[in-house]
Amino acid sequence: MSKYETVIGLEIHAQLATESKMFCSCSTKFGAEPNTNVCEICTGQPGVLPKINKKAIELAIKTGLALNCKIEPMSVFARKNYFYPDLPKAYQISQYELPIITGGHLEIEIPNEGENSNSRLRKKINITRIHLEEDAGKLVHKGAERIMGSEESLVDYNRGGTPLMEIVTEPDIRSPLEAKIFMEDLAHLLQYIGVCDAKMEEGSLRCDANISIRPVGQKELGTKTELKNMNSFRFVQMGLEAEVARHTEMKASGEKIIQETRYFDTKTHDTKSMRSKEEAHDYRYFPEPDLVTIEPDHKWIEEIRATLTELPEKKRERYINEYGLPNPIAEVLIATKSISDYFEECLKIENKPKEIANWMLVNVMAYLKNKNLDIKDIVFSPRELIELIKLIEKGTISGTAAKEVLIKALETGKNIKDIVSESGATQISDEGALQQIVKEVIKNNPKQVLQFKSGKDPVIMYLVGQVMKESKGRAKPDLVQALLRKELS
Amino acid sequence: MKINIDQVANLARLNLTEEEKKLYGEQLSNILDHAEELQKLNTDKVAPTSHAIPMKNVFREDKAIPCKNTKDIMANAPEEQDHMFKVPRIIEE
Repeated sequence: MSKYETVIGLEIHAQLATESKMFCSCSTKFGAEPNTNVCEICTGQPGVLPKINKKAIELAIKTGLALNCKIEPMSVFARKNYFYPDLPKAYQISQYELPIITGGHLEIEIPNEGENSNSRLRKKINITRIHLEEDAGKLVHKGAERIMGSEESLVDYNRGGTPLMEIVTEPDIRSPLEAKIFMEDLAHLLQYIGVCDAKMEEGSLRCDANISIRPVGQKELGTKTELKNMNSFRFVQMGLEAEVARHTEMKASGEKIIQETRYFDTKTHDTKSMRSKEEAHDYRYFPEPDLVTIEPDHKWIEEIRATLTELPEKKRERYINEYGLPNPIAEVLIATKSISDYFEECLKIENKPKEIANWMLVNVMAYLKNKNLDIKDIVFSPRELIELIKLIEKGTISGTAAKEVLIKALETGKNIKDIVSESGATQISDEGALQQIVKEVIKNNPKQVLQFKSGKDPVIMYLVGQVMKESKGRAKPDLVQALLRKELS
Repeated sequence: MKINIDQVANLARLNLTEEEKKLYGEQLSNILDHAEELQKLNTDKVAPTSHAIPMKNVFREDKAIPCKNTKDIMANAPEEQDHMFKVPRIIEE
């Protein structure tokens, strides 16, 4: 059997975070009583005229800028004509030949499949286009889980007319896992820049996939199927895995793959044909005569760009300028979004960027790398890290002891306070107890004591080190030094 | 230009009598003929127009305003249940 390669392209629908609908002033609020957020325009009453929501245009442009896209100097809305009960006008206002955004890409991090499985590869997924359109109403199917068995349907038009942004990727994705990672990263970015709340489970972010397989090395694409109903990040991966398995089995048994739309059955974990009436779709797109062109000028685009304060690149600059972190440290922190999220969570509790960064990088991340874990996988919360830093500052524990406490906390998931009190790692700040150790160290290191007394001042650090060792890291170095100097003077 | 009136009627969900098919078929064919005539013009140097009025960027601010006529809209429902429009099942198997 020859080896196959998976080819996936995604079509993502993201509800834009606007207050009102795309072409009318109805609220977009989720969860209202059925058919209360409706008006003459979004229900397609005769003689009404749509009016474009400026914010929706701005959010689409913002997304385009964040995804390194081209903002088209001129774009046009078009009517897509079809009959369906959730579409009261019998056409959807969308964009066709002239979308608002073209080109662009999102870089994702995927596991490296080579020998070093811990490392990650950066991969660019190209964006074909982003266009604006309006959402349809919501169908409630009676008497069946899905559309197939139901006798009748109920329609709620509250969602009808909600601004949607459709993001179309190139067929650059090579595995179901990559598709899931792309969706997660895209959702993170959309939330990050505030254009969409990106909750797949609630339907504010939806994903359809075009999928095919082809022998490795072959240029032409295999017959594709379209997969729908993957309403969580996990289901994106699971659904695609099921569909890849189906394609592979069919190829192996010499069956022909039919181009069709399928859905992922989340109960049986396989894909099923939608069996929709296969009359060839003829949408008869034409420019929407009730709307004029969108032609964003340079000034407007730059104003929107200025609101993009929190892209990773900007974040790096902020870490350097605002928190005074060195560039290499800032880079490590922003490289993984879960790490920078964690860092910022810590900052929210206590504004000590340098200490937090230091403890995260040197200790927490080293531990994660060693165990091949993501920071999301561990129980150790930002609050705990701050607790640790505070204990060091108060002098309750020494830096050396703190490292051990931290490792224990990471490994056991216990909280810092408990570990400290159990282990007796509390710092010796009592002069009397330290005095004893200091005296002993002076007695046991006559050579160094002599050197110090003859003027070699740095030797004091060696003696401090000896005391630290004797105290098992529980002494406070500056106090030790002061005591040594006093004793030797 | 000959038009496939059956297909057009089907796409528009219209049930036409033979007489209507003939009448509208001819009318639509005439419109297409006229368009064909226009297509003879050389428009190589003319940008495609999507709108007859030279206007751009007509927007409204993003402000939610409740509609006062939602009850009237609901009154259009052929059948209503739980404040929703009741429709026959959609997909035929």
